[in-house]
Amino acid sequence: MASSNKLKILVNGIIRENPVLVLVLGTCPTLAVTTLAVNGLGMGLAATLVLMGSNVAISLLKRVIPDKVRIPAYIVIIAAFVTVVEFLVHAYVQSLYNALGVFLPLITVNCIILGRAEMFANKNKVFDSLLDGIGMGLGFTLALVIIGSIREIVGMGTWFGIPLTANLFDSMTLFSLAPGGFFVFGCVVALANKVTKGRTLKNHKEGGCAGCPAAAACSAFNGGKGEE
Amino acid sequence: MKGFLMILVGAVLVNNFVLSKFMGICPFLGVSKKLDSATGMSVAVIFVMTMATAVTYPIYTYILFPNFTYLRTLVFILVIAALVQLVEIILKKFIPALHSTLGIYLPLITTNCAVLGVTVLNIEEQYNFAESIVNSIGAGIGFLVAMVLFNGVRQRIEGNDIPKTFEGLPSILIAASIVSLAFMGFSGVVEGLFA
Repeated sequence: MASSNKLKILVNGIIRENPVLVLVLGTCPTLAVTTLAVNGLGMGLAATLVLMGSNVAISLLKRVIPDKVRIPAYIVIIAAFVTVVEFLVHAYVQSLYNALGVFLPLITVNCIILGRAEMFANKNKVFDSLLDGIGMGLGFTLALVIIGSIREIVGMGTWFGIPLTANLFDSMTLFSLAPGGFFVFGCVVALANKVTKGRTLKNHKEGGCAGCPAAAACSAFNGGKGEE
Repeated sequence: MKGFLMILVGAVLVNNFVLSKFMGICPFLGVSKKLDSATGMSVAVIFVMTMATAVTYPIYTYILFPNFTYLRTLVFILVIAALVQLVEIILKKFIPALHSTLGIYLPLITTNCAVLGVTVLNIEEQYNFAESIVNSIGAGIGFLVAMVLFNGVRQRIEGNDIPKTFEGLPSILIAASIVSLAFMGFSGVVEGLFA
């Protein structure tokens, strides 16, 4: 029983509560880095590393951090892990470092990570939090690779750099550009909607912030849009 | 002067933060439903972006550079979080009217990647102090323009007969795609205007 529970935590983030496709979090990097599948993969794995680290650290410190300053404390912990990951990527995968650019430091403000800290890590045991971090991170990676693959195949005719559709159709560069990002993301969310029979839809009638777990802590959400 | 104008127009139209750089998508999708909350949020963003740049730029240039540049992310996000808190307290105390309109959006801004993004980009583009401020104001105005335009688009979609699967977020994203397509028409405008 215990082990199946652990497995459930792990798989939860990948499919049932996929952070991008079902919870609709972390939209900025999802749109920005998915011009190539390999960038999506790199971004996903970098965020997974940060998420594992921050989930474990926050779970360990959950009794030490005073409730009132928990959000700033989480942000500092996350920023520290982001800096470490930035170093690692810069040192070992220079091409990815250049491709992700400013979005590597921006992992700090990726609401998936703060969201999991707030929703999971500060309430659960260390090992469970680690599994949740891995699951959510892989779910994020999976979504980015799916979106990145579609955009790369349609936009450039390659997949992970391998030419695929050269003889089938002319590639549509638009898909590699900004509008294609919004379009493919919209279609993939609609597809996830269909598959999960409207779970995404139910949680996100309003779109965007309504789904952010940090929304509970966020007075803009409670005060400004609460009446909607 | 020409340089500043180029940066400003570039940041507002050509490299629009939301529609071509994908920063601040969460508030763009979440707060753009009503015109007054869209403008309120945008004004708060312009304000915080400019303040954040004014504070982080000297910190980076005089304290972190060249030995502690790796602390950039950590220091910047801390400064932004502290700044947002400070602005909120000051507004509450001295300009309650403004606080009641902008105050509710301020905490949301801490985790808005456009704010951290603009401070980091100013450093990476190697702008000087004045150029950084202009770029931040431009980025903020670009955010405002995108929010207000998109609010109009959303009000048009509202109540339309959309396929069930596309209701809500997917239809909003596809509308955003079309607005972003329109903004692509601005590429090259800066070179043309100031040639």
